Amino acid sequence: MKTLIFRTAAPFITALMLLFSVFVLLRGHNDPGGGFIGGLIAVAAFAVQGIAFGVPVVRRALYFHPMAIAGCGLLMAAFSGVLSYAFAVPYLSGLWAAPSLFGVTVDVSTVMTFDIGVYLVVVGAITSIALSLEDREDG
Amino acid sequence: MRRIAVSKRQRHHGLLCIARRNQFSRGCPPRTRRLSQKKSKRSGKGAFLTFIVLLLPLLGAVLAPSLTRLFGGKSGWLLAVLPLAVFIHFLGMLGTVSEGEPVTGGFDWIPSLGVRFSWLLDGLSLTFALLISGIGTLIVIYAGGYLDGHPQQGRFFSFILLFMGAMLGLVVSDSFLMLFVFWELTSITSFLLIGFDHEREASRRAALQALLVTGIGGLSLLAGLLVITQATGFNDLSTLLGSGDALRSSPLYMAAFVLVLGGAFTKSAQFPFHFWLPNAMEAPTPVSAYLHSATMVKAGVYLLMRLNPVMGDTAAWETVLPLFGGTTLLVGTLLAIRQTDLKLMLAYTTVASLGLLVMLTGFGSDLAVEAAVLYLIAHSLFKGALFMVAGLIDHEAGTRDVTALGGLRKAMPVTFAAALLAALSMGGLPMFFGFLAKEEIYAALGFGSGWAALATLAALAGNSLMFAVAFAVALKPFIGAERKTPKHAHEGPVALWLGPLVLALAGLLAGLASGWVHAGLSSPMASAVAGRAVEITISTIPHIGMPLLLSGLTVALGIAAYLKLGALRAGMAGLLAAIGWGPDRGFDQFVRGVLQASVGVTRVVQNGRMDFYMSVTFLCVAAVLLVPMILFGELPVLPAFPDLRFHEWAVVVMAVIGIGAVVYAKSRLVAIVSLGIQGLAVALLFMLFGAPDLSFTQFMIETLSVVILALVMTRLRLSLSDHRPLGQKLLDTGIAGACGLGFGLLLLKVTQLPFDDTLSQFYNAYSRSIAHGRNVVNVIIVDFRGFDTLGEIAVVMITGLAVLALIRIRAKPDAGKTREIEQ
Repeated sequence: MKTLIFRTAAPFITALMLLFSVFVLLRGHNDPGGGFIGGLIAVAAFAVQGIAFGVPVVRRALYFHPMAIAGCGLLMAAFSGVLSYAFAVPYLSGLWAAPSLFGVTVDVSTVMTFDIGVYLVVVGAITSIALSLEDREDG
Repeated sequence: MRRIAVSKRQRHHGLLCIARRNQFSRGCPPRTRRLSQKKSKRSGKGAFLTFIVLLLPLLGAVLAPSLTRLFGGKSGWLLAVLPLAVFIHFLGMLGTVSEGEPVTGGFDWIPSLGVRFSWLLDGLSLTFALLISGIGTLIVIYAGGYLDGHPQQGRFFSFILLFMGAMLGLVVSDSFLMLFVFWELTSITSFLLIGFDHEREASRRAALQALLVTGIGGLSLLAGLLVITQATGFNDLSTLLGSGDALRSSPLYMAAFVLVLGGAFTKSAQFPFHFWLPNAMEAPTPVSAYLHSATMVKAGVYLLMRLNPVMGDTAAWETVLPLFGGTTLLVGTLLAIRQTDLKLMLAYTTVASLGLLVMLTGFGSDLAVEAAVLYLIAHSLFKGALFMVAGLIDHEAGTRDVTALGGLRKAMPVTFAAALLAALSMGGLPMFFGFLAKEEIYAALGFGSGWAALATLAALAGNSLMFAVAFAVALKPFIGAERKTPKHAHEGPVALWLGPLVLALAGLLAGLASGWVHAGLSSPMASAVAGRAVEITISTIPHIGMPLLLSGLTVALGIAAYLKLGALRAGMAGLLAAIGWGPDRGFDQFVRGVLQASVGVTRVVQNGRMDFYMSVTFLCVAAVLLVPMILFGELPVLPAFPDLRFHEWAVVVMAVIGIGAVVYAKSRLVAIVSLGIQGLAVALLFMLFGAPDLSFTQFMIETLSVVILALVMTRLRLSLSDHRPLGQKLLDTGIAGACGLGFGLLLLKVTQLPFDDTLSQFYNAYSRSIAHGRNVVNVIIVDFRGFDTLGEIAVVMITGLAVLALIRIRAKPDAGKTREIEQ
């Protein structure tokens, strides 16, 4: 789409949506949000960018093939559960740690890495569908 | 919406699982106690060692390709160390087992289902394990020489070691599930090995045939094992074998019997399923020598012998097994006579031998069991040796056609010696182990009753014809005038003649030292098969009596058949030509029939019209929703009209307008956007009634749906507007209306049922305290039911891949052209 307003606004919209998607992903454990919704928002962001500047721009910006991102996500989610074996609890049991970084306590958990995996799968798979549909030449 | 529905179903499923587990643990204690007692008796270290030993062949399979790349054919010697280690380990158990003390061990595999990875090594298993690992060692060395320089030799080693691991697992398995898994693994590895020369059509067909026949048998076996579990409540062999008459007296006995036979008969190539075995000779000779004579085809016999103590001794067992076994014996030998290819002659005699074994197992008397045991050991030794000899001749002379071979004795003296020793055992001449087996067979069958007399005649005919074939293979190529062969024949390398020579000598030594062999192997094995202590005493010193007389008669008939082999072959060829049809062709017809039927079904069900699929799918949805509700009178009560506030009304109206716009839109693009409007209105409703997560997701889904649908439309270059004939329009409206009505009524009904909030309370109570999260929905998704989510994201990923593949499909330019030309 070649309208000036859209092309000018698109990068800002995309950037904001991506930031928002990460925010939604991370807040998901206590407030509405999570990996699934966050991923969908990120997909929408990429779709906006794609409509404004064409698919090649988005592909270059993504650097990795979307399907590779989805694959990494799936692996990440699956391996989040593997750590459970080291602690002799069933597969995918949530494990929590609260290390202190610069005086701030941060909760990290396998549940979080699992949710990030979900996020990446959704981003990768659906972006891949959207981009290849948008692409006139070949996905 | 979807997520909620899914999690509801899964919740239900989860409860079921818990219930089943409870039931199981209630029924379980005696069994677990018994096993733990057993475990404490064995030292943990020994059990661990056995487990490692069982894994050794698989380790070899992993190492083989790199080793072969480094050392070429010589890697056979290196890889043979692994099966040799297995052999030595099992040899160490001989003392314990021959005293009648089975070695058991294992660990819990899937405790929630009561499945253990456990092994049971009694006389029967141990003898098989020793045969598999011992012959396996020689075969690996032999394959190193036979396929020396073959570009895919590493792969071959990998496959054959995989098979060895599977076969070892099969014979030592205690739990039914393990037995079945390894049974299937032998089928699959056999498929890979038969189809090793995958560039040849015949190999591929033979591989597929073997896989289909034994695979169908495997399913039958699985069903049989499940029926046995159902009938007796046991799911491992050691408890089943100790249960006496539990299975025999069960009303499900016949079902279990037929299903188990389905597995055993296909695997052990009993008539009429025998045809896959000769075809499997397409495999490289090491495979034929190993799988299709010494080990895999005996798996069916192993199963029958294993189950004899609990399934045998019934009228059905004692009729069906001898009948099929005897028929197979005769058919096998007659077809063997017909062949001129060394390997095929041996293959058909293998079919015959398997028939003989099944027949003897069916008789079930102590003597018959002893005979079966002796013959099984003897057969593994001499048949393995003869197959390797056939391969050796083929390798050195370039042909396996017995009519084109002659006078090789000077060129290949060691091979000749090995062949002759093996044939003497196969022919059952004194001093050899085969002699003991044959004496015992005749002693067991005798002329006791009419039934046994018939079996004796079958055995007599079969044995004498096998005698003739044995010497046709082992003598004919070596004696007489030298013939011109495709390759100039000379003695093969040591790797090639070591295997046959060792096996053939083992047949002689076992016959001479029969006392030790009986004490160590045959008697414990026969006791395990009979289910009671059995002592084998027969020795190689001939004793005057009926068996010796019959043996003599066999040899005389065998010599006569050997001399008249040409005439017999011509006669059989004529007979077979007259019959024309056989199970092998029947198999082809069967496969063709199945293919045609599936093409027909596919044409009807998948006619390639998207609108047809959609109509059928949604018609079914409507029927599933409405029909039960109406049939069982479960229609909801019409609720009182809700008291909505103004902004709520506004949202509802928005949704209705959206729907109306979809129906009236002239252009598809407008319809897509209008659908989005309706969806967003519903998302607003979710928000207003307290489901922020759902609403959030719905917003995103609607947005993306509109984008993706619009993209699909442009990508597929659909016409801008959607014209349908009036009839189609009415039908579609009807279906859509029915679906909407169905969902509406269902939801009304659901809300009118009393709400069980146990789970909600559970999640509300524990979401914060256990899973450190306040957002219950998200905690359920990523923590409580994380494994389901893992499955779901895998589905998302696969969907993405599938869509990607679909989009990339382009009509090939060539295809378009030909179509134009045709038009």
